[in-house]
Amino acid sequence: MGGISLAQTTTKHLTDRKELEKFLKRKVADAQKKVLELARIAMGGHLGGGLSMIDVTVALYHHVMNIDPANPAWPHRDRFILSKGHGAIALDAILAQVGYFPEDKLETFNKLDSPFGMHTNAHSTPGIEHSTGSLGHGLSVAVGMALGARLDRADWRVFCLLGDGELQEGSVWEAFMSGSHYKLGNLIAVIDRNGFSLDGRTEEVMALEPLAEKLRAFQWNVLEVGGHDMAQLLNIFNELPPPSSETPTAIIANTEKGHGVSFMVNNAKWHYGAIDSDLEAQAIKEIDASVAEA
Amino acid sequence: MAEGFTYNIETIDMLTQAEVYGKMLVEMGHRNKNIVVLTADLMRSNKTGEFFRAFPERSFNVGIAEQNLFGVAAGLARAGKIPFVSTFAAFASMRACEQVRTDIAYNYLPVKIVATHSGLSMGTGGPTHFATEDIAIMRSFANMTVIVPADAIETARAVSASLEWPGPVYMRIGRGLEPAAYENDRYDFQVGKSVLMRDGSDVTVISCGMAVLAAIETSRSLEQEGLSVRVVNMHTIKPIDRDAIVKAARETRYIITAEEHNIIGGLGSAVAEVLAEEGLPVKLKRLGIPDEYSEIGYPEFLYNRYNLDPPSMSAAINRLREQKAF
Repeated sequence: MGGISLAQTTTKHLTDRKELEKFLKRKVADAQKKVLELARIAMGGHLGGGLSMIDVTVALYHHVMNIDPANPAWPHRDRFILSKGHGAIALDAILAQVGYFPEDKLETFNKLDSPFGMHTNAHSTPGIEHSTGSLGHGLSVAVGMALGARLDRADWRVFCLLGDGELQEGSVWEAFMSGSHYKLGNLIAVIDRNGFSLDGRTEEVMALEPLAEKLRAFQWNVLEVGGHDMAQLLNIFNELPPPSSETPTAIIANTEKGHGVSFMVNNAKWHYGAIDSDLEAQAIKEIDASVAEA
Repeated sequence: MAEGFTYNIETIDMLTQAEVYGKMLVEMGHRNKNIVVLTADLMRSNKTGEFFRAFPERSFNVGIAEQNLFGVAAGLARAGKIPFVSTFAAFASMRACEQVRTDIAYNYLPVKIVATHSGLSMGTGGPTHFATEDIAIMRSFANMTVIVPADAIETARAVSASLEWPGPVYMRIGRGLEPAAYENDRYDFQVGKSVLMRDGSDVTVISCGMAVLAAIETSRSLEQEGLSVRVVNMHTIKPIDRDAIVKAARETRYIITAEEHNIIGGLGSAVAEVLAEEGLPVKLKRLGIPDEYSEIGYPEFLYNRYNLDPPSMSAAINRLREQKAF
């Protein structure tokens, strides 16, 4: 990857692949716990979709993307757009982890005058590239950013994380169409395929399958990966085509809504929810156990 | 005003030569390398074609996909570009309403929207292609500046001014064939500062867009009858020139607003808001499209139907004058 890799300095010392995976898995567990804590103190949060996107986002921010948290506007940075803006609860936790702001600031989450709310806010949160929330907007913005990089002959990439439910918005397909039309090999769409939207399973509410075939028909380079398998995620991200290539990449990350917490997994009830300290303690025990196993 | 005209897809390019917008873009494009131009399969209609020919690398025709159009523009702005985006006003304000509001206005990005074929200017195109709500929609967006130039010269100046203006701009123009409202181009165009087109002491017409020329002609003809009609060109609807409205209210006590827009939410409403907040005792009449979907027909016919041509405007002024001022 081109440019100076500052974010990688946090994982650079981990030359051993197993050590790296272990490090990232610990970061995933920390972020999971932070999301649960925030949903408790804020008396609500997007737990289901927050927990499903953490592994992918941890891999990107801690290892894959070229970023400089001390200088959020560093011109050569890779850009990340969270199209599923309600995932702010997880993204903000990870931004704190990599050092965009002190972690204790997150305690104001969802409170009046807090920089952090239910949806991402670029005006108030360092590291957020664009305010999102309404679904189906992010990929178009990412296409525009990737076009901007092309005009400047810059070699940074644009990563856009989409929820699978939001693929039901027609605007997303307008964006997919334009991503391949403009030959944006510097654009990577990651789809958090947790299989659920608010009202239930995507395949029951409004079927998306065969998703990979649809994306291939839109002339994207399509990869599928276990979205909670750090080894697989690293393999996929390490093999991304160069930003100068001519085909945008869509990564379907097969995830679980509410991943890591047994009573939340694949349960549409936990799309948005609040937990008490007892449930939080139970969830944290499960998360810690899974890290110990690994 | 000219009679209705006929054209087909092949002659649109010829007609676009009359519009200065495309030429302005090319001129500015040479000076400012950050300018990019986007459209949604309407470069032939909306005069951006010249920029596409001069700077193909900085031109993006996203096809018939207005939501993507404005999202992509937001992304380009995020990457440091200054996007000028053009499509029909109906599609910019309604089809892509949320992208304009959320991706551009909320994110406070310097995207300049130059929406064409506003109001009733599509004539026989009918209400699916009319934009008689766009001013109301756009001025309700925080951060958004709304400009309605009166003619081609003013469009050129507004386009140039919008490049320097921070933040997003929504500019609505007609077909690009509007006859000149200004006799010369030596005037000071400032965003948010109206232009006194004709002074007068008995009644003021506050207008924008095509209605400015109609107001000037109305003023000239009523002058023959001994009535002194002030004409204010309120080319910026937001931020609105409060001082000019207050002055007109104090000095003429009768105010008529005229616009190619639903009388709800547009220029007339904006003026009424100022008058009410200032507690000014005036008689006010809003001319425009009453709260209905317009008939289909050539614009000239429609302007007559909706009291936007000089004879109807004169009649409206006389009716208002018959009412007793407070």
